[in-house]
Amino acid sequence: MKVTTLQTRRFLQFITLAIAAGVSGVLFAGDDEHDEILPLADNAKWRVECASCHALYHPALLPERSWRKMMSSLNQHFGENAKLDAATQKEITEFLAAHAADRSTNRRVQKIARSVPAGETPLRATDTAYFIHKHNEIRADIWQRKAIGSKSNCAACHAEAEKGNFDEHRIRIPR
Amino acid sequence: MRKFLAGITLAVGLSQANSAAAVTAQEILRGYETEALKLSASFKPSATRGENFFRSERSSAKGGKQGCFTCHTSDPRQAGMTRAHKVIEPLAPAVNPARFTDAAKVEKWFGRNCEDVLERSCSAAEKADFIQWLLSIH
Repeated sequence: MKVTTLQTRRFLQFITLAIAAGVSGVLFAGDDEHDEILPLADNAKWRVECASCHALYHPALLPERSWRKMMSSLNQHFGENAKLDAATQKEITEFLAAHAADRSTNRRVQKIARSVPAGETPLRATDTAYFIHKHNEIRADIWQRKAIGSKSNCAACHAEAEKGNFDEHRIRIPR
Repeated sequence: MRKFLAGITLAVGLSQANSAAAVTAQEILRGYETEALKLSASFKPSATRGENFFRSERSSAKGGKQGCFTCHTSDPRQAGMTRAHKVIEPLAPAVNPARFTDAAKVEKWFGRNCEDVLERSCSAAEKADFIQWLLSIH
């Protein structure tokens, strides 16, 4: 009888542990997944102006100093003139700054911010150590595929990039 | 229900805001024509000059020939593509009625593209000629 009670107690302890592990496993897995969805910030002008020539880049992809530098030199924007009227330029700059990588409380985004050395001000998200590390298994010839064309074409593989969703399970690399 | 009504109110508000800002390509053309007439009293928009303006090419400081066609293709009825792989809707209002219906947007793109391609700003006369040509395409 005593033995049975002990066994039962051990069994119950085991079950409790197993359930706890299972539940936390689910939570962590969920967290990880959720973590790859950048916090959704939105601004109508950013959405229109910053996506008329290229993909819409989320503010969390670069630190504040990068956005400020970029937005103050729009007449020389990667070899093209992308100047805006003063009011629009200011509104978009403040939106990008407020939601920049180094202003975020999201763990994933903080990793992006930390990957940029203090003395550097990259203007391309693809130049951050975080991006380079995350894409290190992508061969050069894959980037050159017609449906991708460039590292700046996030949505070629991350269909919901414009919504901030870079979830690893949703990646589809076009042939 | 309240959310639904708020949605409807917002939608109506937005469509009104849009229609208030919308003008026709003809009106935008007249605006540039009026401006050009101030400098030259005999100015009359010319589709031929507009087409030559679009088709001219020049050597870029970055190397290589460039012109409007670099991104817009040589046929304004076709969609073009930016260097960053984004589609540019056709220039000709006959196939893209949204063209030249927002004066600020038209000024923004003339401002950027003239400086990029010609490395100077375009005159009101050049803008009027160009729109005149695009409106003549069917």
